[in-house]
Amino acid sequence: MTAPILEARDLTKHFPVKRGLLGRGAGVVRAVDGVSFAIEPGRTLGVVGESGCGKTTTAKLVLHLEAPTSGAIRFEGRDFQAFDADALRAYRRSVQAVFQDPYASLNPRMRVGSIIAEPLVTNESLPAGAARTRVARLLEVVGLPARAADLFPHEFSGGQRQRIAIARALALEPKLVVLDEPVSALDVSIRAQILNLLRDLQSRLGLSYLFIAHDLAAVAHMSHTIAVMYLGKIVEIGPAETVAASPRHPYTQALFSAALPSHPDEKRDEVVVTGEVPSPLAPPSGCRFHPRCPHAMARCSTEEPALGPEARRLVACHLYTGVRVSVGAAAR
Amino acid sequence: MTGSRAAGLTLAWRFAAFRSEGFPLLPTLILLTLALVAIFANAIAPYNPEVGVLGERFRPPAWQAGGSAEHVLGTDHLGRDVLSRLIFGARVSMVVGFTAVIVAGLLGTVLGILSGYLGGWVDQVIMRITDTWLALPALTFAIFLAAIVGPSEMNIVIILAAVYWTRYARVIRGEVLSLKERDFVRLAIVAGCAKRTIMRRHILPNVLNSAIVLATLMLGVVIVTEASLSFLGVGVPPPKPAWGLMLADGKKGLMAGYWWLTVLPGCCIVLMVLAANLLGDWLRVKLDPQLRQL
Repeated sequence: MTAPILEARDLTKHFPVKRGLLGRGAGVVRAVDGVSFAIEPGRTLGVVGESGCGKTTTAKLVLHLEAPTSGAIRFEGRDFQAFDADALRAYRRSVQAVFQDPYASLNPRMRVGSIIAEPLVTNESLPAGAARTRVARLLEVVGLPARAADLFPHEFSGGQRQRIAIARALALEPKLVVLDEPVSALDVSIRAQILNLLRDLQSRLGLSYLFIAHDLAAVAHMSHTIAVMYLGKIVEIGPAETVAASPRHPYTQALFSAALPSHPDEKRDEVVVTGEVPSPLAPPSGCRFHPRCPHAMARCSTEEPALGPEARRLVACHLYTGVRVSVGAAAR
Repeated sequence: MTGSRAAGLTLAWRFAAFRSEGFPLLPTLILLTLALVAIFANAIAPYNPEVGVLGERFRPPAWQAGGSAEHVLGTDHLGRDVLSRLIFGARVSMVVGFTAVIVAGLLGTVLGILSGYLGGWVDQVIMRITDTWLALPALTFAIFLAAIVGPSEMNIVIILAAVYWTRYARVIRGEVLSLKERDFVRLAIVAGCAKRTIMRRHILPNVLNSAIVLATLMLGVVIVTEASLSFLGVGVPPPKPAWGLMLADGKKGLMAGYWWLTVLPGCCIVLMVLAANLLGDWLRVKLDPQLRQL
């Protein structure tokens, strides 16, 4: 196994909440709570989960847009906290992002050419002509005509805008691209196109992706590794085929059974989850999923399960920790 | 070819949209006329506005008994031609109004962007100053400043800008607060842009619409304030022909029946302010929803 390009360890982000004049009843939103993962060069880590589970906060932490409350992120072996101005500049050059809403991610007052060239001219001193050729090449890569450079974003459709956003993200030939729900805002007919474009670019340019989505099919299609998040925690993480083919955590099982099957005749065990996602202001005790879990046991509400190995992946569920715990107890 | 035809079509369509949404033709015409009058005052005015003939004092307008075609709108207490003074007064109002609105706009927009984007102590300092400023009654504050620096056209501009920049700062700051949470600003950070670049390239062009709308609406306010200051004797110094000053000079003659000395400059002020406000209102409706959608 090669050294990971990006590694997060025990990543935590709490947002303080102030309520009332005197700050009474102040609490914290535990948006991300002790998350660890690694992304290898040229591979994709897919992160799935419902809205509010901390996916986007994770992306912001990785993009250095938010500072983690605790925990560490290492990029090519170097800790974020040890970053000086130069290191941050180098990081900005190697990591780019594509966001969910293609209508919000392009400055309406800039021409497409300048939008795509912005990372280039910010980080490299290029003669004007060179930037134009680079922009034309990038537009070609994402399948848009070169004359698009002179137009404004509002002259394009959502799918085309997302292509522009991708072209911009690729301008610096980054090592890692954070894709935060890159296809969620698009029509289903466009989604496959964009996803295939992203995969194609990955194999051609050797990019690493942090791919964030709530669409399981998209994540399974794109990723080498899948991490499933629930209320700020990773509940299951492992190779994409294993996780997608036989999910182990009850939440993952529920997610996969809620997704549409690829064939209407396909028979599957239905796992139904009731209730709403609890507030991250006051997450449930023990396992955060226990109030909604069909397999909840007594210990689930008191004891928080740790991520442990189970069938070639890591799962945080008491269904699978029983053996390990009893072995530990016997040894004592 | 298709391109040019499409462009023509969009233009026609835009024009139609302009008309259908009640483009304020009359206010625009009034402002344009006043601007032209102000620019070509030297050529249009029949007399020197600052020099009168004492033998021809208090001549009524031409259509009234005792009036003559020589002074179409009559003369004032020093025998100066009222029409010429109104024409040059338009220049004073326009120059003072536009310059003050622009100076206040520049100051307020820059401070609003800094305050909104940088946040923290910069925001605290700028916004507390703005709060204090807004708590003072504008006219009283302007009189106070005018009393300190003394009356002159230049000083009036500075005073008006100093009084009214806070309105811009407030509105622009709010706009910036929502803009800086937008994805394209985040992506600019990810691309490695410096804060200065982000404010110039991403924030400023996107708040310009609001600043322009505000400026148009402020134009009326500023013109009235200028007239009030001149009326109170702390504005444009005589013998310069400012509308407010003409009102002040003419008010003594009002009871004596010399109505044209006050009513005419009063009408000019009302016309200009009304035109500016109507145009500003239309612009606000026209540009605002677009701005929020973008």
